[in-house]
Amino acid sequence: MMRSAVAKAAAVVALVVITGAACGKKTAPVVRPAPPADTGATASDSGRPPSPPQPVNEPVIVPPEPVREDRISSASLDDLNRNSPLKPVFFELDSSEVSGPGRTILEENAAVLKKYGTWAVTVEGHCDERGTAEYNLALGERRALAARAFLVSLGISADRLRTVSYGKEFPFDPGHDEGAFSKNRRAHFVITAK
Amino acid sequence: MRILLTLSAGAWFIAGVAAQPPQTPADAGQQPDRIATTITSEAGAPARFAVPEFIPLSSDAETVDAARTIGRVLFDDLNFEREFALIPRDIYTTIPAATSFATVPFDRWREINADGVIVGTVQKLDAGVRVEVRLFNVRTRQSAFSREYTGAVANRRLYAHTIADELHQQQRALRGVARTKLTFNSDRDGERLGGTVESRSVKEVYIADYDGENQRRVTTNRSLNINSVWSPDGRSLAYTSYRRGPPNIFIANIYEGTGGELTKAVGQNWLPTFSPDGTRVAFSSTRDGNAEIYVASRDGATLRRLTNHPGADTSPTWSPSGTQIAFTSDRTGTPQIYVMGADGLGLQKLTSESYADRPTWSPAPYNEIAYSARTGPGNDIKIRDLATGQVRQLTFGEGTNESPAFAPNGRHLAFMSTRSGKSQIFTIARDGRDLKQVTRTGNNYQPDWSR
Repeated sequence: MMRSAVAKAAAVVALVVITGAACGKKTAPVVRPAPPADTGATASDSGRPPSPPQPVNEPVIVPPEPVREDRISSASLDDLNRNSPLKPVFFELDSSEVSGPGRTILEENAAVLKKYGTWAVTVEGHCDERGTAEYNLALGERRALAARAFLVSLGISADRLRTVSYGKEFPFDPGHDEGAFSKNRRAHFVITAK
Repeated sequence: MRILLTLSAGAWFIAGVAAQPPQTPADAGQQPDRIATTITSEAGAPARFAVPEFIPLSSDAETVDAARTIGRVLFDDLNFEREFALIPRDIYTTIPAATSFATVPFDRWREINADGVIVGTVQKLDAGVRVEVRLFNVRTRQSAFSREYTGAVANRRLYAHTIADELHQQQRALRGVARTKLTFNSDRDGERLGGTVESRSVKEVYIADYDGENQRRVTTNRSLNINSVWSPDGRSLAYTSYRRGPPNIFIANIYEGTGGELTKAVGQNWLPTFSPDGTRVAFSSTRDGNAEIYVASRDGATLRRLTNHPGADTSPTWSPSGTQIAFTSDRTGTPQIYVMGADGLGLQKLTSESYADRPTWSPAPYNEIAYSARTGPGNDIKIRDLATGQVRQLTFGEGTNESPAFAPNGRHLAFMSTRSGKSQIFTIARDGRDLKQVTRTGNNYQPDWSR
């Protein structure tokens, strides 16, 4: 009880001191008349009749400057995939190792994916016809995963990259020679969302 | 839906014939009870059989055609298993046709050294037909085998298949395969997937009789449908489908027109195979990072992982008893065949090929694993005897040869070969003889033979 009464008294004293100090600095507001509005022109022309109104011209519509989008971001998904900025990566026979040229392509693909940060991509793994249909499913998945891992190492978020293996079911080139085979052993990139 | 309805109708007819118990004809008086019903030839050579055209008991076109078809298909079915030496048809074109079981010209059959002659009649009924068949011992002129069937006339081939199976069973205690079926996937419909850079052909699951007749489409989802395999009861297929994007394993109950999904969009799921008792499905999945072997209950409710290795483990196949699983793994750098217990323990490397895949375990009594091995630019089918470790080769560098699948009695295999240009399904005897092309339309892949 005693202690709280003392504390209350001290608080009141402090309040009075602060208020007193504030009042001491206060200055009384001064009201000044605003200057009259400038009416000089009106006064000088008041003797003449008002000139006829200027004809109002139909405003010329200036076509708005288009927001410049590049060809890639304006294309539909189908068009985009038909002429994709993401290039396929090719592999050696029975191999899922990303080669030197493959790395260059993946670096370019990574740059595209960084520029268009909302794209989601499915990495398809494909094989040539020389392996068996069954084992090529696993080999295709390896190739897709190898390409995906390289993109992730270049800073592309793994969430944007799904993989699917088609084994040797969808050859790019239906031929039966090494020229065709080398085009068929690939990781192919399909943009699935923009 | 139309296809499913057709299949259902087919199932009804099959059930109709199968359910028909073999009836002993009333006039079997000339057949003594259980005496010497197995026909043999001399000196252990296979018995020489003749299969003349079946006798139509009425002259309408349908009955005549049914009689003709049944006789010919029966000839081919019996010829397929090579248990009997079938006397070529053109040798007995001059022998007068019997008009009933009572008028078989036994003397003439004796002249061409026939041990047995199979005589059949086809009689038109108010609804359907009645097919009667007897196997006569040419020397004793007694019937060694007698059956009667009634059912729809549309299933003429099925009468022949049923007769062949029952004849093999009764005469040779052999389980014939005339009523078994193949499944495979095919691009024959020429349908294309949309929205892709290159032209991509859809593949649908098909079924056919073992001899390639009655080819029917099972899936209709215009996507990639592969790896189809039969359930042990022959009423369901498991297969891999990309219809939802990533590959998953689906089950089609083809005679009910129903289906199910065994896996649901976790990783890639391929290469299903039913356990011998039909309760489980082994498959390969990347759900835990890379391809491993898993076993799921048929409804997908329980799942067990059997392998654990950074190498890819694929293509599982069950031993006939269900206690072991063989599979492909590339853990040594190249794909090779391995065997393990169905619990995943006791791993053993089986092959040291340059490349080996798609092991298929033979049914009993053979204890073998067939697989596809790289032998040059292409692959060939090889068979490894598990008891002796000996390997024999079935195909020799004609095109590439893949995806072997055993017939349920182990005496033949179906496989895919490019020897005729496109990819087609062939059957071949387990000794490498009697190659037969089963499919001819489009490209056809990955056969499996019903149990």
